[in-house]
Amino acid sequence: MWFRINNTWIVISIGCLLPLFVLLWDIVGDNLGSNPIQAIHIRLGDWSLRFLCLTLAITPLQTMTKWRGMAEYRQMLGMYAFFYATLHVLGYLFVDHAASWNLIAIDIAQSSYIWMGVIAYIIVLLLALTSPKSAKKRLGKNWKKLHRLIYYAAAAAVMHYFWQLKGNMFQPLFYLTIVVFLLGFRVLVWFKNRQLAKLMLPKGRAISLGEGE
Amino acid sequence: SRWPLLKNSEYSTDRALLTPPELVKNYTNYYEFSFNKEDSTELAQNLPTDNWRLEVGGEVEKPGHYDLEEILRQHSPREYIYRFRCVEGWSMVIPWVGFPLADLLKQVKPLSGAKFVKFTAVHAPDSMPKQRIDAMLDWPYVEALRIDEAVHPLTILAVGMYGDVLPKQNGAAVRLVVPWKYGFKSIKAVVKIELLRKAPMTTWHGFAPTEYGFYANVNPSVPHPRWSQYSERRLGSGFFTPRRKTELYNGYGEQVAALYGDMDLRHFY
Repeated sequence: MWFRINNTWIVISIGCLLPLFVLLWDIVGDNLGSNPIQAIHIRLGDWSLRFLCLTLAITPLQTMTKWRGMAEYRQMLGMYAFFYATLHVLGYLFVDHAASWNLIAIDIAQSSYIWMGVIAYIIVLLLALTSPKSAKKRLGKNWKKLHRLIYYAAAAAVMHYFWQLKGNMFQPLFYLTIVVFLLGFRVLVWFKNRQLAKLMLPKGRAISLGEGE
Repeated sequence: SRWPLLKNSEYSTDRALLTPPELVKNYTNYYEFSFNKEDSTELAQNLPTDNWRLEVGGEVEKPGHYDLEEILRQHSPREYIYRFRCVEGWSMVIPWVGFPLADLLKQVKPLSGAKFVKFTAVHAPDSMPKQRIDAMLDWPYVEALRIDEAVHPLTILAVGMYGDVLPKQNGAAVRLVVPWKYGFKSIKAVVKIELLRKAPMTTWHGFAPTEYGFYANVNPSVPHPRWSQYSERRLGSGFFTPRRKTELYNGYGEQVAALYGDMDLRHFY
């Protein structure tokens, strides 16, 4: 088991699955408008991106609040980002295109916005596969390097959003702002650490990014 | 219904393919009201459409303001069941009620210099929120056709659909319908028609010239720069129904291919 099961764990799990239940409810109730397949698609994509942002938000929140309780849920949120991204991809392949591989191949070849989605998904898939403790142990130092790819996944996912729209950019801009903020925070911390290291060597101790002290 | 005994156009496609009217009425790209397809259904109800007048001008013998009701008395509407393909990759089959644009143009007598027809949509910032805040596109919305496209018998001015008057969100009081082109060419709520010597700038073409061409003919082998046009989702088709292959000229090639002769469709997209 990856997670310690306790009440918080159960509450967060239910919270993370809620969007799926609401979606299923809307499918059963025929509540998705004139283009239900696209509505499902957008909703799953949105939730995947939201969970990606939440995952990225844990570290800055921890650093700012000095509250250490959240780190263990970061992995879980990341897995939900993967979960919704997987449903998004399966929906594209098996619902929208009804597994018609010829159509799918042409669609992907001609649609640059999908390439961004593919990049984001491959990264998230890779991170999900290497998420278990055993994989972490096996990868050693490389694990952290590998999991920094999540920044590229977030950037690609936001591009994926931008490139499919005709012009109304409000929603992708919203996510772009969040992702820039979350990544900018890390750059600031990295910069500050470098300054500290310069000033205080050899005694200096950097602010920890992520892993607890 | 306003027109109980409509004659069907010879260009109509199979009635069995009709998209359910509720889907057509609640899924519109009407950016003057909202960028959200579902929201314009309600917002558009604020647009006054009574006593609609069409201004016709430019290179014509008889310019002037024409009452829509008067026009309809002279050119009695028929039903045109057309495929409708949006540049976003979805499509519908809609029974429009309208009359050929050519009939109106004949009435105003184009001069020999008339090479293009420009259409201007209503400017009504009081009822159109996105015009009020000047959002995104240059308002009012403008579209245009080459004169031979404009007088083609498939090109109609529509005043109704599903046997009844046109819902406001679908372009009341009168809209253009050009079934072999992407939907954005079929401008809604037209108030002015001008015949011109030169091609005017059109709204989407001006907004993103490399993405939305002047011609905008439906063409599966010319992808949008960011997405494929090879297939489309026909609305109303069930879950697990595959997308259908997009047809060149939206399936109206037999009627319109001659308009484009040996033009390079990749260049004149």
